[in-house]
This record gives sequence, C-alpha cells and structure tokens, in this order.
Amino acid sequence: MSTATTHDAHHEEHPSGLARWIFTTNHKDIGTLYLLFALLMFIVGGAMAMIIRAELFEPGLQFVEPQFFNSMTTMHALVMIFGAVMPAFVGLANWLIPMMIGAPDMALPRMNNWSFWILPFAFAILISTLFMDGGAPAGGWTMYPPLVLQTGNAFPFLIFAVHLMGISSIMGAINVIVTIINMRAPGMTMMKMPLFVWTWLITAYLLIATMPVLAGSVTMLLTDRFFDTSFFDAAGGGDPVMFQHIFWFFGHPEVYILILPAFGIVSQIIPTFARKPLFGYSSMVYATASIAFLSFIVWAHHMFTVGMPLTGELFFMYATMLIAVPTGVKVFNWVSTMWKGSMTFETPMLFAVGFVVMFTIGGFSGLMLAIAPVDFQYHDTYFVVAHFHYVLVTGAVFAIMGATYYWLPKWTGHMYSEKLGKLHFWLSTISVNVLFFPQHFLGLAGMPRRIPDYSPQFTEFNQLSSIGGFAFGLTQLLFVYIVIQTIRGGEKASEQVWEGAHGLEWTLPSPPPYHSFSTAPEIK
Amino acid sequence: MLVSKTRRALTAGAGAAALLSAATASADYKLNLTRGVTPISQGAYDMHMLILWVCVAIGVVVFGTMFISIIRHRKSKGAKPAQFHESTAVEIVWTIVPFVILVSMAIPATRALVAMEDTSNSDISIKVTGYQWKWGYDYMDEGVSFISTLATPKEQIYNQQDKGEHYLLEVDNPIVVPVKKKVRLLITSNDVIHAWWVPKLGMKKDAIPGFINEMWFRIDREGTYRGQCAELCGKDHGFMPIVVEAKNEADYRQWIADQKGAKAADAAAADRDWSMAELMERGEKKYAANCAACHQASGEGIPGTFPALKGSAIATGPVAQHLDRVMNGKAGTAMAAFAGQLSDVDLAAIVTYERNAWGNNTGDLVQPSEVKAAR
Repeated sequence: MSTATTHDAHHEEHPSGLARWIFTTNHKDIGTLYLLFALLMFIVGGAMAMIIRAELFEPGLQFVEPQFFNSMTTMHALVMIFGAVMPAFVGLANWLIPMMIGAPDMALPRMNNWSFWILPFAFAILISTLFMDGGAPAGGWTMYPPLVLQTGNAFPFLIFAVHLMGISSIMGAINVIVTIINMRAPGMTMMKMPLFVWTWLITAYLLIATMPVLAGSVTMLLTDRFFDTSFFDAAGGGDPVMFQHIFWFFGHPEVYILILPAFGIVSQIIPTFARKPLFGYSSMVYATASIAFLSFIVWAHHMFTVGMPLTGELFFMYATMLIAVPTGVKVFNWVSTMWKGSMTFETPMLFAVGFVVMFTIGGFSGLMLAIAPVDFQYHDTYFVVAHFHYVLVTGAVFAIMGATYYWLPKWTGHMYSEKLGKLHFWLSTISVNVLFFPQHFLGLAGMPRRIPDYSPQFTEFNQLSSIGGFAFGLTQLLFVYIVIQTIRGGEKASEQVWEGAHGLEWTLPSPPPYHSFSTAPEIK
Repeated sequence: MLVSKTRRALTAGAGAAALLSAATASADYKLNLTRGVTPISQGAYDMHMLILWVCVAIGVVVFGTMFISIIRHRKSKGAKPAQFHESTAVEIVWTIVPFVILVSMAIPATRALVAMEDTSNSDISIKVTGYQWKWGYDYMDEGVSFISTLATPKEQIYNQQDKGEHYLLEVDNPIVVPVKKKVRLLITSNDVIHAWWVPKLGMKKDAIPGFINEMWFRIDREGTYRGQCAELCGKDHGFMPIVVEAKNEADYRQWIADQKGAKAADAAAADRDWSMAELMERGEKKYAANCAACHQASGEGIPGTFPALKGSAIATGPVAQHLDRVMNGKAGTAMAAFAGQLSDVDLAAIVTYERNAWGNNTGDLVQPSEVKAAR
C-alpha cells in the first residue's frame, strides 16, 4: 500500500500497481477488469471457433480428432457465454450504472471485487481441463446426461467451474439490484432511469431466479456420477429428459440475460445519434418486462423432439410465438426513434443500426423455429446455429462493441480513431454475414450441428462460412488494436462527447473522477 | 471424381475466385428445406414457406422504413430532429397487428402438428435403438432385427482415398420399408441420447435411454433416403448415418424372407464348433464394426479416454471375465453391453479375436456355445 497520502486527495487514495487491481472496490476499476477479462475470453473462445471452422473447411478429418472437435464446440460455447458476453455486460453495468443514476459507486463494493475475482479462477479451472486425461468436456455446453457423465477426469472440474461462474453472476446481480433500488440520486424515479439501467435491473432478477436452478441441475449431475443417485438415470427410476427441462428453465432466461442489456445499450445509442428522444420509453420498459416474464414459460421449445405430449408442444409453441410481440414492439420503437431524426453515423451508431437489422434477422429465424411442426426439421441443424449466432454475435456482441465505442471516450478521456472504428464495423458486418448466413442454407439442406465431418453436398457453404469466420476473427484484432490505442492516447474527449448525448454520465468530466458522484445530482 | 479433384485443388491454396468456380461447377447444393417424400415432410415444407414469406414481408416493411429514414433523415442532408416520442395509439396498433399475424400462423401450425403426432392405425412397427455409434432395428411383427453401421471406409474419412458418392451417408444394413404404408417407429436408446432423422421423411425424434418415443411416416415414392443422428452423442456422433430404402410390397416381403433365412442360418451356426481361423476372420470384421471406434483398429485405444486392449489385463486374463465385460459392459462408462446387440457367433468371434490379435497371443478359442451358455 502506498504510504504517501494527502488529506486533499483522500478520496482518490488507492494502491498503485498490481495491488490496485487485486484489492480494488472501485466500480470503474472492477468494470475495467470485467471488460478486459471479457475481451481476453472473446479471443480464447474465438480461437476455438477458428479451429472448428478450419476442420469444417472441407469434408474429411484434417486437423483434429472428433473427440477434440466436440471439446472445442463445448468449450467455445461455455467460454463465449459465461466468459465473454456475460462478464462484458457486468463490466458495462459496473462502469455505467452508478454514473447513470448519480451514485458514487456500486452499493456493495467488496462483494463486487469478489464476484470479479472468482471468474479468473473459474476459467482457469475450466480451461485446464484441456490438458487432463480424457480431454476437456465434450458433451456440449448444455451438459445433457447421460453423455456428460462419460466425461473423463474433467467432469468434476466442469461442474465446479460452472458453480463458480454462477456464484459470480448471482453476486453481480445482487449488487446491480441493490445499487439501482437504493442509490438513485434524488429525483431519479424508476421511470426516469435510462433504459440501460432498466434492462440491467430486469436482467439481474433473471440471473437471481435462474442461476440457482443451473447450480441445482449440475449438482444433481455430480451426485449421479459420484454418489450413486439416479436423478437422470432411467435404470434407477430417474429421467434424462428431466435434466433438459431443468437446464432450459435456466437456459431460456439465460438467452435473455445475454440480450436484454444489449437492448438497453441500443436504446441509449440510437437516440443520441438520431438527436431525438427514444420513442415509447415506457412501452420499452414494459416490453422488456414482458419478454423477461415470457422467458420463464417457453423453455421446452428447445426440446420439441424429446417426445412431449401434443398439448405440451402446443403450449410451448404458442408461448414462444408470443415473444415476437414485445420483441417487435422494441424494434418498431427503435425505427420510430430514427424516423425524422437528424442522424449521423459514427461507429457506435453503425453498430446499433447493424444490431437492429441483424438481430431482427435472428428474430425471424427464431419465429420460424418456434413453429413446432417445422422445428422437427430445423432442430439440431445448422439453421439453429445460424439463428443463435445472429442473435448472439450480431446481437449481443455487436451491442457490446457499439457500447465500447460509445462510452470509451468517456472512460479514457480520449476519442478513438473514427476511421479505424468504421473500418472495423464494415469488415465485421460483411465477414459475419459471410460466416453465418450460409449456415441457414446448410441447416435447411440437412446438415446437423456439432459434427466434425460432413457429406460433400455441404462443402460449398461450409467453405464460404469458414472464409467468413477467418475474416471475422482477424477483424477483431483490429478492435483490440483500436481499444489499446484509445486507452494510450488520442484526441481529448469533451464532457458530453457526443452532440446528442443526454444523461448523467455525460455531465461528468472525461475521464470521470475516481468516485463518480460524491454529491448526488438533482434530477428535475 | 471431378468434384473431389476440384476440392483438392482448392485446398492446395486456390483463393476465393476458385471457390466460386468450384461452387458453380458442382451446383448440387441446396438453398431450401426439402419437400421430402411423406405427407409430414410436405406439411413441414408448407409451414416453412408460409412463415418464411411472412417474415420476408415484415422484414421488407420494417427494414424499408428504416432505410428510408437512414437515407432521408440525416444531419448531413440538413434534417432537423422532430421531438415526438410517444403515441399510445401507435403502440397499440403494433402490438395488435403482430398478434393477429401470429394467430393466423398458429392455426395451420396446430393443424400440422396434430397430424404429425397421430401415430395411431399404423401398418408396421419398427423399434429403433440408438447405440454409440450405430442404429439397431427390430421389426416387431416379423422377428427380424439387425444393427446398421457406417459403411464409409476410414481411408476416405482420413483423406487417403477419394470420397464416395454417399460419403458418410451410407450404411452396411439399411432399414427397408414398404411404400404407401404407415410405418410407426418406436425409438429408444441403449446408452446416451441420440436423435433419428431423415430429412426427406420430415421429422426427427430423440432416442432416450429408458424411454420409448414414437414417430411415423408414409413414404409415397420408392427410393433410398438418407439421414443421420441429430443429437450430440459423443465422439462419433457425426458418423452414425441412417439409410432408409422404400420398396414396393413384393420386394419388401422378399427382403423380410431373406432376413429370416439369414437369421436361421446364423442360429444353426452357433451350435457347431468353429475353428480358430474362422473365428479370427469373422472377429476382425465384427471388431472393426463394433469395437474399433473406441479401442481402435490397433487395439491401442485412446489414452485417457478409451483403454487399450493390446496387452490389457482383461483381454489376456480369464476368459470368463473377458466375456462378461463384452456381454454386459461396464456401468458408468461408454463400454456398452453387447449381449443384446450381437449374436453368439459374433460375440465368440470378437472375444477370440481380441485375445489373439495384436500380440495378445493367448491361444484361447471361445466357441459360440460357450457364449450361449453364458447368457
């Protein structure tokens, strides 16, 4: 600990060097840690995707064995979902929520530190399984028994890593809720909160409701394997399908955990660059809440082929189709916000517009998948792979990148290079569509997902997809370069940064002081 | 084959231009869902096209509006921002209209789903069992049963040979069904979850250990239809295809008779004594089809995942123990119980082969009659 402290700078006092980051309880430092960790995991998970696309470049086995290929698909999903997208959103929440609601910091700073520092250990454990006897988990990120019970020595490490990720997420969610409920500045009523804060509040409740369910389901796997229980073993009176029900009761809200904060981000960016207030603020809040509610009653649409009774299939089909209504409301509101605005297209806006278009494409394929009689054909094919990558990559990841460009000048005090940012956007958008659009055709033509080798009829689209994949992967190195360049220097950013920006975070200097609002601002 | 040569040239480093010409050279790739050959697949296709066009129509309206706005309402064109930000009437309209569209899609979808799930009044029932990594078929009314495994040679998979026309979608024993008959499948699994899927038949269903699922199809046209396992089931998930041959009634009856004859011959063979050479020859083949996926053709297994048989305690220890492991499997591992899958002769051949191949030279000879006694 540094001993040189003056009374004047007392509030800015913090250790320097490594100790600053290990012991920090500051929401900005922890936000930075989360974001950098997410970026690192995005590269690790991306490298795994490159291995997958290389193996699928042509029929036959060229680079990896099938077992390792399955490990790659499994680990790619776990790393991207729990290591990249979720921590990135928590990082954004840490940086932005206190600044947006006029608070000095998060409500529970020590827990904030703990919830971050669990993550590197969780992922060290998960990634170490790559070097274990029997290899890394290869039963898919959904961990369906009985297959997952065939995992080698990696099995308990997988379960323990998932538990740690869950604990971290739950603590992060508690912190978000307590902060938003208790630490709003005077006059910041619920219905005046920026949409990013609203979507995160709802996301946090989803996390608290579902993460314990995931923890329970993987614990039952653990006892089935080591303590002779038969939760999921028919031979002992259990039911393997019950795991799928429990898992997707977590899993479907989870996909909204991965997209609701993105909705919030886009709802901040579009009004700024359209120079026009968000259209239908309150309907956006209600739509978000409706989506969150519906997410709890649609889980079995992931399991239309397990052999449910007809009435069950009908219920889950209808409930799933209903989600299109509030999601549609959101898209219509974004378009109406742009309508008759005075738009400019800086990089954050490009990512936001790209999000609206490509997320909607993912939404369309989602609607198609909701129709049970055709889902029997789409299920477990590349059509599904295309669908969830449209909503997760061009949806969640594009929103995170847009958010980075939007708030990076605020965080660092430096403007990024607009020219490079735009280049990054256009390269990403073109390559990501070359990567994922052909996968719709592969799925419709009958290519199952999670296979390391395929019939030659699928070759052309796989090659196209792989070329897009390599290009998208390389393009992200440009993103890393832009971020580092902006942290190190650049044109000085003003307080407001963007001409059309409104909200409390834009009233603070760029970069903001260590403790955001020492005295609470008044909101009229 | 010209196509595969083009492809190899591609790997040799040709760029995107070569890719395009290769793509046009073999224009056999498809863009859309198959119409298939059954009423179910036609129903799925119709629903698919309906919802696709609804999505396209909504997309044109939404993206159209957005792009008009993006072109017209730019600051660089001097657009001044309007300040409207709320309209309850508009919000209600764009909640109700999509809801009505959804209801109008739900009606035909419900009708299609009800038809698909009606497995009653079937003409024949076939039990389908998923194994890691092959399919077992039992014709319940005929007493015919067999195992169906991948027929593509390893050399093609590892690029030492040109790939055949039906690479990865070919099996040793296809399932044969009569056309224009309602065939009901009773689907289950012996180990992990698999899914039985032939795109042209229009439906897939999970094979779940301990449970029996049903699906049905009625094929209109004679022909060969190919599919594969659709649920991740471990290492060789990508290598357990399904081939369905739809034949006319007479050919189907003939096929059933042939199967029954072969089964009777097999049963008779189990009662005689087999020589070492006979067992080793048959054992090598059956080992390749049933065991080599995990334990490898070399008997060396995959360290850490699948144990070696070469020099192993079980394959060189007491015969009874070895036989027990092969017939009853090992709980909690991928080692399946083969007693229900293979005939006495095949089991005897495999055990004999494992005890004498790869330098395991125990000299032990296991007769089919010993297997029969151990059942």
